[in-house]
Amino acid sequence: MQKRVIFQNKGLPYLLLLPQLVITALFFLWPAGQAIYQSAFIPDPFGLKSQFVGLGNFEFLLGDRYYLESFRTTAVFSLLVAAVSMGLALLMAVLADRVIKAAMVYRTLLIWPYAVAPAIAGVLWLFLFNPSIGLVAYYLKQMGYDWNHVLNGDEAMALVVVAASWKQISYNFLFFLAGLQAIPRSLLEAAAIDGAGAWRRFWTIVFPLLSPTTFFLLVVNLVYAFFDTFGIIHTVTAGGPERSTMILVYKVFADGFVGQDLGSSAAQSVILLLVVGLLTVVQFRFIERRVHY
Amino acid sequence: MSFKKRLMTGALATLMSAAGLAGAANAATEIQWWHAFTGRLGDLLAKQVEDYNASQSDYVVVATNKGNYSETLNAGIAAFRAGEQPHILQVFEVGTATMMSAKGAIKPVYEVMAESGLPFDPNAYLAAVAGYYTTTDGQMLSLPYNSSTPVLYINKDALKTAGLDPETKPKTWGEVETVLTALKASGSACPLTTAWQSWVHLENLSAYHNVPFATKDNGFAGVDTELAFNSPVQVKHIDTLGRWAKDGLFIYSGRRNEGGARFRSGECALFTESSAGYAGVKAEAQFPFAVVNLPYWDDVAGAPQNTIIGGASLWVMAGHEGEEYKGVADFFNFLSSAEVQADWHQNTGYLPITTAAYELTKSQGFYETSPGTDIAILQMTGKAPTGNSKGLRLGSFDQIRGIIDEELEGVWSGSKSAQEALDAAVERGNQLLRRFEQANR
Repeated sequence: MQKRVIFQNKGLPYLLLLPQLVITALFFLWPAGQAIYQSAFIPDPFGLKSQFVGLGNFEFLLGDRYYLESFRTTAVFSLLVAAVSMGLALLMAVLADRVIKAAMVYRTLLIWPYAVAPAIAGVLWLFLFNPSIGLVAYYLKQMGYDWNHVLNGDEAMALVVVAASWKQISYNFLFFLAGLQAIPRSLLEAAAIDGAGAWRRFWTIVFPLLSPTTFFLLVVNLVYAFFDTFGIIHTVTAGGPERSTMILVYKVFADGFVGQDLGSSAAQSVILLLVVGLLTVVQFRFIERRVHY
Repeated sequence: MSFKKRLMTGALATLMSAAGLAGAANAATEIQWWHAFTGRLGDLLAKQVEDYNASQSDYVVVATNKGNYSETLNAGIAAFRAGEQPHILQVFEVGTATMMSAKGAIKPVYEVMAESGLPFDPNAYLAAVAGYYTTTDGQMLSLPYNSSTPVLYINKDALKTAGLDPETKPKTWGEVETVLTALKASGSACPLTTAWQSWVHLENLSAYHNVPFATKDNGFAGVDTELAFNSPVQVKHIDTLGRWAKDGLFIYSGRRNEGGARFRSGECALFTESSAGYAGVKAEAQFPFAVVNLPYWDDVAGAPQNTIIGGASLWVMAGHEGEEYKGVADFFNFLSSAEVQADWHQNTGYLPITTAAYELTKSQGFYETSPGTDIAILQMTGKAPTGNSKGLRLGSFDQIRGIIDEELEGVWSGSKSAQEALDAAVERGNQLLRRFEQANR
């Protein structure tokens, strides 16, 4: 005789799901639908009149060489942010995991930057690297390197990557630290007894066991770099010089909120939506295979 | 900051309306004014509002800061879409075409003034300033409020160090080059820098040399306008600046006003910037400085013409009650008075918007005690504006300026020639103009 638990009430599960469904519909499906609808029009900013253009907005965008360059810029930016912020966070987490005295103090300090708003993080780094008054720029000049991110695209990219990564390291650090602390000490001790050095223990035991955390963070970091960084771009470079830091989401913001070109902005949002959807599929289809839960 | 300010203006307004209530039986009508000023300019603006509210009891003006120019315009647009628009919105000059095309969202100033029955003479305003905000048949759409024009600032100490006469006042770009070369030779790290490169070195350059920035009288005569700032005069100028950038004579500081700090700290010797930068330079500079006319190219026939303005004007938004518009008109009347305007002009470096305010400032002897402050107004009013020097009225102009910035950066870094950069900017900008035309057909 098998004991089965059966809920007689057919409506209850739906009722329990309802809040989540409502939130999804209200904050995701509805705005996404609006964006798709709006992308077929060129409206005037005040909403007084609107021209139906069908796929005209997409045609305009995809025919724009500079817009296509934005994809490359975004890819470079996101990969650099993910690599830098995850790499450094992992390093710090490994170090912090070994600290015994005053561990809480270190951890708190490392978590701090996450509480800083993106725009403020941007301004902070901007001041450090300002070619005429920045402290870091000053020392670089002393060492014979003339820092000028206002004109040098690579330096501008480096600066926004540093600012964006700095903010995200804390978040990654938290997850890596939690992941590290969940690894059974006995495994590491056994490996140590077998004669494995610290480096080997890390690569053969710690890192594979961290892979679910790493995968999760990769997804989160790419989404962060794609969507959450426009405040940093806005305050540090405004997409310049010469579009070298014009990432897709900043262009959506600039065209929609500065340029009042809502049709183009909506079309870009739709394209961005597709890109991120595609990216997620790729990550789960191909990268997740290497993850051991 | 803005919340605190809002709280304070709110409290002030309540106080004022309470005072009004005590005096009169009927409640004072509230006039909402959204603006983009903070800091010293915000304080001066608040003072104007305070003075107005204290001067009468029928209306209460409530001024609210809504962020920078772009943000304020956005806030106004969003509020209009939600049916919550203020009565008065401060819009920067590049938003003029956007506001003009928004028939149904705005109420032209000439209409507001005519309905109020208050005396209103459009000719009392300086043509060079009001022209920017006036239709081709002479009707004023928005009230000029803060207008400035670019001038050249010179650090006299730097000239002395370079072995030049500190009173040297270069008139032409050719003379500027001589000065810059001497400065560079004396070890100056930054002989020349600029603020607002598109505004100074393309928009004003075009007007100053009486060549079109765009067709159709720079957009005044219709939205089917096309950019035209890639003609020989502009190419020559940008090419020269590009060469100076390569030789270390011109140092690019950024798209907005980043160069200001470098001039005020003494790092840069020459600086092209808005006349409204005067207050800041005067307050901070530890060295004697001169304000002179924007240089010109003497091989261009008819140059110098007049320069054009930057800054913002006040737009009246549609959808309010008649009594409230009367209040707006009354307030505008107050703002345009010679005393208020003369005060504003002298405190900020912005141009006086009326001839009366200019005359009053003159009679007060202000220009003798603060030399250089009249350069801007003389430069703007020296000649009657032509179709090329009245102003600019281009859709999506904020974005077009962004494109110009990008392309000019290519010239300063040496990756593009002046001709290539300007051609590309014209082509890309025209695409946006066509979209604007489509949206406002």
